[in-house]
Amino acid sequence: MSIIYLIILAIAVGIFTFAIHKSNTSLAAWLALAVSTVGVGITALLCRIVVRGNDGDVLDQRFDWLPDLGASFATHVNGMSAALCLLASICFVLIILSTINKNIEKPNSFYGLLLLSFAGLIGVFIAWDAMLFYIFWELALIPVYFLCSMWGGENRIKVSFKFFIYTFVGSLLMLIGLIYMYNKTPNHSFSYAAFAQLKDVLTAAEQQGLFWMLFIAFAIKMPIFPLHTWQPATYSQSITPVTMVLSAIMVKMGLFAVVRWLNPILPEAGHTFSTVIMALCVIGIVYASLLAMVQSNIKKLVAYSSIAHIGLMCAALFSFNDIGIIGAGVQMFSHGINIIGMWILVYFIETKFKTKDMNQMGGMAALNPTFAIFLVVITLANVALPLTNGFIGEFMMFNGIFNAKYLNGNTYNVLFTVLAGLGIILGAVYSLGMVQKVAFGDVKDNSLTKENTKFTNFEFVALCIVTILVIIFGFYPQPIIDLVKI
Amino acid sequence: MSQYIYLVPLFPLIGFLIAGLGRNVLGKTLLGWIPSMAVLASFVVSLLIFRDVQHMDPEHASVVVQIYNFFHVGNFSVNFSFQVDQLSTLFLLIITGIGFLIHVYSIGYMSHDEGFGKYFAYLNLFVFNMLLLVLGSNYIIMFIGWEGVGLCSYLLIGFWYKKKEYCNAAKKAFIMNRIGDLGFLIAVFLIISRFGTTEFSEVFRSQAGIVANGPFILAVTLCLFIGATGKSAQLPLFTWLPDAMAGPTPVSALIHAATMVTAGVYMIVRSNILFTIAPVTQHIILMVGLATALIAATIATRQNDIKKVLAYSTVSQLGFMFMAIGVGAYTAAVFHVITHAFFKALLFLGSGSVIHGMSGEQDIRMMGGLKDKMKTTYYTFLIGCIAIAGIPPLSGFFSKDEIMMHLFTNGAYGKVFWALGMIAAFMTAFYMFRLLFITFFGKFRGTHEQEHHVHESPALMTMPLIVLAILSIGGGLIGVPEVFGLGEHWLKEWLEPILLKSELAHIYINELSHRGELLLMAIAVIIAFLGIILAWSVYKNYDAKKQNKGIAKFLEDKWLFDEAYDNAIVKPTFAAANVLKTNVEEQVIDGAVNGVGKLLHAASNRLRYLQSGMVGFYLFIMVAGIIALAILLFFIH
Repeated sequence: MSIIYLIILAIAVGIFTFAIHKSNTSLAAWLALAVSTVGVGITALLCRIVVRGNDGDVLDQRFDWLPDLGASFATHVNGMSAALCLLASICFVLIILSTINKNIEKPNSFYGLLLLSFAGLIGVFIAWDAMLFYIFWELALIPVYFLCSMWGGENRIKVSFKFFIYTFVGSLLMLIGLIYMYNKTPNHSFSYAAFAQLKDVLTAAEQQGLFWMLFIAFAIKMPIFPLHTWQPATYSQSITPVTMVLSAIMVKMGLFAVVRWLNPILPEAGHTFSTVIMALCVIGIVYASLLAMVQSNIKKLVAYSSIAHIGLMCAALFSFNDIGIIGAGVQMFSHGINIIGMWILVYFIETKFKTKDMNQMGGMAALNPTFAIFLVVITLANVALPLTNGFIGEFMMFNGIFNAKYLNGNTYNVLFTVLAGLGIILGAVYSLGMVQKVAFGDVKDNSLTKENTKFTNFEFVALCIVTILVIIFGFYPQPIIDLVKI
Repeated sequence: MSQYIYLVPLFPLIGFLIAGLGRNVLGKTLLGWIPSMAVLASFVVSLLIFRDVQHMDPEHASVVVQIYNFFHVGNFSVNFSFQVDQLSTLFLLIITGIGFLIHVYSIGYMSHDEGFGKYFAYLNLFVFNMLLLVLGSNYIIMFIGWEGVGLCSYLLIGFWYKKKEYCNAAKKAFIMNRIGDLGFLIAVFLIISRFGTTEFSEVFRSQAGIVANGPFILAVTLCLFIGATGKSAQLPLFTWLPDAMAGPTPVSALIHAATMVTAGVYMIVRSNILFTIAPVTQHIILMVGLATALIAATIATRQNDIKKVLAYSTVSQLGFMFMAIGVGAYTAAVFHVITHAFFKALLFLGSGSVIHGMSGEQDIRMMGGLKDKMKTTYYTFLIGCIAIAGIPPLSGFFSKDEIMMHLFTNGAYGKVFWALGMIAAFMTAFYMFRLLFITFFGKFRGTHEQEHHVHESPALMTMPLIVLAILSIGGGLIGVPEVFGLGEHWLKEWLEPILLKSELAHIYINELSHRGELLLMAIAVIIAFLGIILAWSVYKNYDAKKQNKGIAKFLEDKWLFDEAYDNAIVKPTFAAANVLKTNVEEQVIDGAVNGVGKLLHAASNRLRYLQSGMVGFYLFIMVAGIIALAILLFFIH
């Protein structure tokens, strides 16, 4: 069973849902749920194959595609990509569960676009050809761009425009960089193998220039300070299920591209600039954490907290320390699960309180105690409390930063660790502040009762899945470590 | 028996799950007694293991029991494993023993609370984490427990979550602990980068190659100590503990007096060899401990909330323990942890009994004359006060005396530290008896309704008081100094295997003769009595209406630490964050982006593609991009 079938399935069903008649409002959701559930099965099998490491045929595939251009439809699955494919599938199941019975407008196009972006994302994680990678990169993006501009708040057009500017600049830089590199390959090929040899062909100056072109493209996606301002705006304007796609999976595209493409292909430049990039990352951690502290809009708070988390992962990737990089992989997975949980809760309360302003919220613990339990557990996972899934990854990443290889002097190791460590403390400040404002205190909105603040069964199931994953991988993180280290 | 060590934390974990999941289903009887029995079961197992350790071959003084491999990556591996030895079993007994008593007490104390099941679930979760903390055989497992108890402390301080100030107190405790935890984490990274492991046995074996007082060991020990200041409420991270009194009183007794706050002491004693080869750190610990003991004691003399007095007293007593660590008297530190656990748990539970009898009143200005109305509470509270004041032969006397003795003989300035320590001891006797006299003597000053209502607490609450009172009286027997001719100092012998290396490395200038030792004891007792007499003369006829002025007001306001932190750290941080938000984020960074956006907008406006919304434009760019790509490729070929 190849993962390519999953991509084809998602695209086919996605296109089919556009054709479903308007009167049928729930079929699309169930189809999307079915596809993503199948996805969980396939990607879980894939993970098993990767860990066993004995079935090269499934993991590597290659079809002729555009032979004249030197581009082929080549895919390669390693631990990190299998983990992210699994993550994407689990996340789409959770996202769709959280949307059922929520009366989303134009449901057929909505779920169709979701499935298309799912296909694109899976493609990004498995592509083994630069051209294919670029195409999937855009394929994942375009549906999300539509999702952002067609559903969401009043300012969505303006905000989507900003999102677009960033993405456009990023994609353009990446495209130019890729074409330049393609030109330098000995036999004009987009294949990964050809790109991997470039480090012997390109001059140092070329490598450094290309490094920045690609890094900026990826950094925008993550996002890394100071290229991040599209994110809080987009997160707060798009409807929450779309925010989930963006924050749980799409940001991982940038990180994944760094591990899979940027650092192996241009290693020298990565070493040279690791100090600068890690500095940007840790500045971003502190900066985003500080901004998260002063947000009253709950979606913006989660957005900034996400920027801080991603900054840490990126810093760990540029530590060029094995434990740090594996830690980043573990955390990519855990962060995806946890932030989905967080968004489901945010989605729930913004609908109940009919506002995103946390100062208008309060007392949810009294109305819906289960909500408070989920919120506290997921928040603790977000602040990386031990025995939640957030801990091990963060621990390994800090260890990586502390032992980062290519920094200009040991003082930076300590400095970066301490600065990133500030993120731990500030993380507790804004996370617990958020829990307090949302769940504790008195109920301010009198229209809320125990009856109308219940979870739907679907939400409840989704949150249970998240909580179980948080605890299982908190106590026993080894399976993820074993997976991503391959 | 040691291989069954996993049962000790397992019982409370099961209790947590039962109470947590069944909190709406099970009745109050079950919800209270199942968790209590879980802790009792742990206590019984601990006792059996303790007996085993007693007969253990001193050569193989510790048994490490691996539960499972927590994780491994490359050469770095962390086991979820427990270390059974003299130190950990001692703490097991304290945690589960006192934990059990406090669980039973809570059944009475919390009987009217709607969050009854939740309370017991949290309490059992706390015991579980505390057991992980002391049982862990490496720094990672210890850290898991370390953060876990912090979480439970957070949950229990903010137990009555509808009150905003309680939630703030909970948050403050968690954040201040996290500051310390960062220190702990960095120490762990240092240890990993040097030793490649965090397993205690291996780290302590490898210490031989380290330069004493070198930068590495100083960094490790200082970072660990920062962790300890957070958890054990030492300067400068102590202000969360008094606020933590927002939680239910049994919680204050268990977490914020007897067990969790002594975790810092435990951690340092566990790592004693590292600290012994870092005398500079020890000296800093001594200073911090002394300053904390003195400052907290002065604050305690002017507090009017019964629990706040006890909270500052706890901070001050913890300061004593750190002073002991600072002079390398690890046995004395552990000794004081144990006796303090007895009498401070007793005092807190006694104050809980008073609060319960007074229908929730905590202000001692509203109390008075309770000794006739609450006899058991009064007598047990009195015993606690005598014990903490250091009157022989109660337990506090022996442990405090041992600390003082070591201060006195420690180097050239030892006598100065001893004298300052005595001042703190004097204040201890004074503020405790001030509390006793104001609360239990004189006339009742509360409302009529309260007076009518005052009653002795039920047996479920007084029985633990009596048990703890007995322990407070007799607890000192585990460490009677040899000068009394009653044989060896049991605790010292017991901890010998743990502290062996430190004792070899650390040579006391112990020049005290037996006469000198007895003389110092006599002075200490006289000073304690002076404190009591002073309290009696000032507070036997207490006038609640008198306002504090000058220094007294300054002490009542807790040296304005909270205000200082607020103005120096919290407010500036938020102000800076707001500047970043409005100026940097919105104007500088976003301004630049929007500038680029406007440029593009202007360029594309001519093409009128924007009219149909951004989607079309985007698609256009995509198509154009692909065409451009094709053209490029065409030229290449």
